[in-house]
Amino acid sequence: MTTVRLSDDALAIACGADAVADAFAAAGCAVERVSSWGMHWLEPLVEIAGLGFGPVAPADVPAILHGASDKAIGPIAEHPFIARQQRLTFARAGRTRPLSLEDYAVTGGWAGLTRARALAPGDVIGQVIQSGLRGRGGAGFPTGVKWKTVAEAPGSRKYVVCNADEGDSGTFADRMLMEGDPFAVIEGMAIAAHAVGAQRGYIYVRSEYPHAIAKLNRALEICAPIIAPCRIEVRVGAGAYICGEETAMLASIEGRRGEVRAKPPLPAISGLFGCPTAINNVLTLTALPHIMAEGGAEEYARLGIDRSRGTKPIQLAGNIRHGGLYETAFGITLRELIHEIGGGTASGRPVRAVQVGGPLGAYIPPAQFDLPFDYEAFAAADALIGHGGVVVFDDTADMRAQARFAMAFCAAESCGKCTPCRLGAVRGVELIDRIAASARLPDPVGALAQMHNAPKVARTRDQDLALLDDLCETMRFGSLCALGGFTHYPVQSALKHWPEDFA
Amino acid sequence: MSRADRIAALIAAAGACEGPLLPVLHAVQAEFGCIDREAEALIADALNLSRAEVHGVASFYHDFRAEADPRPEVQLCRAEACQARGCEALVPAAEAAAAGRVRLTTVYCLGLCSVGPNARIGDTLHARLDEAALVRLIETA
Repeated sequence: MTTVRLSDDALAIACGADAVADAFAAAGCAVERVSSWGMHWLEPLVEIAGLGFGPVAPADVPAILHGASDKAIGPIAEHPFIARQQRLTFARAGRTRPLSLEDYAVTGGWAGLTRARALAPGDVIGQVIQSGLRGRGGAGFPTGVKWKTVAEAPGSRKYVVCNADEGDSGTFADRMLMEGDPFAVIEGMAIAAHAVGAQRGYIYVRSEYPHAIAKLNRALEICAPIIAPCRIEVRVGAGAYICGEETAMLASIEGRRGEVRAKPPLPAISGLFGCPTAINNVLTLTALPHIMAEGGAEEYARLGIDRSRGTKPIQLAGNIRHGGLYETAFGITLRELIHEIGGGTASGRPVRAVQVGGPLGAYIPPAQFDLPFDYEAFAAADALIGHGGVVVFDDTADMRAQARFAMAFCAAESCGKCTPCRLGAVRGVELIDRIAASARLPDPVGALAQMHNAPKVARTRDQDLALLDDLCETMRFGSLCALGGFTHYPVQSALKHWPEDFA
Repeated sequence: MSRADRIAALIAAAGACEGPLLPVLHAVQAEFGCIDREAEALIADALNLSRAEVHGVASFYHDFRAEADPRPEVQLCRAEACQARGCEALVPAAEAAAAGRVRLTTVYCLGLCSVGPNARIGDTLHARLDEAALVRLIETA
């Protein structure tokens, strides 16, 4: 009997994988549902004896089984998109059944946890520091240093929290790991719990990811005896983007409004329920089983450039021909990613802009595509890597509309705690609308009776643009967290590189 | 079983954990399609909170509603990656197809950013939508 493997990842299912699986089963094949290879333009991607076919519709099934399909792509593992990658975090992608303990164990699963538990917690932290691993959620803080703070903080009750509130548009690496390799996420958390001395862990998953929630809950049931005495629970978000910010996330788990609070105290000292808490992103935690395996830390530290060590799972999204998950060592340029690997735009039109790092990331023009993927290089170019999402726009993109969206998104998702973000984002939308409408009317707020010092004559466009710039600076330096504090990245980068769109 | 008994049962089932309010609110929202004043009062009483605290939390999160809406809901992703793939051009036709019968809402990111435009109905996700496919989804929702 022919064994057919295809993904049961949410993306594959949304593209019709279930109907394809049914068609193969009806044709007498054994169907095995595995994780996704991450070649999203080929989903539903079918694998038969190592050979790939995609994107497959149920009507393609007879031709594939008769060996005469025009959807054949050859051996999947040798596909250029896969062969060029250095997959450590995503080593199992496409190769294992997500909820099979057997598949997980034969591919090296639990080796990292076993070795970590044989070491003293301090030695585990030492290995993580040696690997150079930095937080993959966006901030890039050294993971081992954070853990050291938690481990040394006084308190008998400590927590590990996995930040799986992957709200950034253009990112899906966390989702793919939770759905495709849930035991690796859990193993990483168990390693973290051992290192910092925590007894309990929470995985905070956004409610927009129903498949990931189901997979994690099932995986936790299956592997509870393996990770014991550590106990891990899934907590489901409720549609608030801000809960990806760590202090808002803790408030949400505690059952409060997802409002950001000032730091210090750091969550590492006083976090969940006032206890020392290690909060790490899904990608950070899932890198750990590899790092803690024999020789893993040394291998990790050898990869990458400068202070950005190891590999980064990059997500190619938006208007790109070959979108998907691309894990590689730090240092790859945007040009390679977008043109060589991504194949340019899906629409076939020229690339106008790329937004890296989600809704709070800068828009980068083609002139800067030689920028290497590296935390410091991006920071020097007034941009950020964030969670590694790369969203490509073709030449039909209106950058003023994108800048307006950045402000509108900030207004919609602001928790309301601090004024620059709560009010600034609303004012930003109004200001961009005024610039767009070429309206030379007095500012309605400036016209209010109590605004004694506001000029009563209409502002010129240059004055409006200067005011927008000023507003961005106020939000940048005055906001409590990265939502208000980073909204200037998309707005000011659009203003700087595409001034013609604001004319 | 009365509505109040049912809510009490949901609180007992979902509330046996650290920080029980969000799991309880999810359970009530899933069962009744909303968290109304009566539910807020019962939850507040059971969890030893003030009704203001429960209302503050329930009204903070986009997922919780104060009133039930019997219409089917279609969530359309309108975040940047779907914008780059043309979701905004689908909105007028989608709104016309929804025509008040279907609640068409905006969601910021379903995590299918390489195959947009995307929509979600219940726990079912739909990718690679063009205008005809989205209109069909809305009409059959």
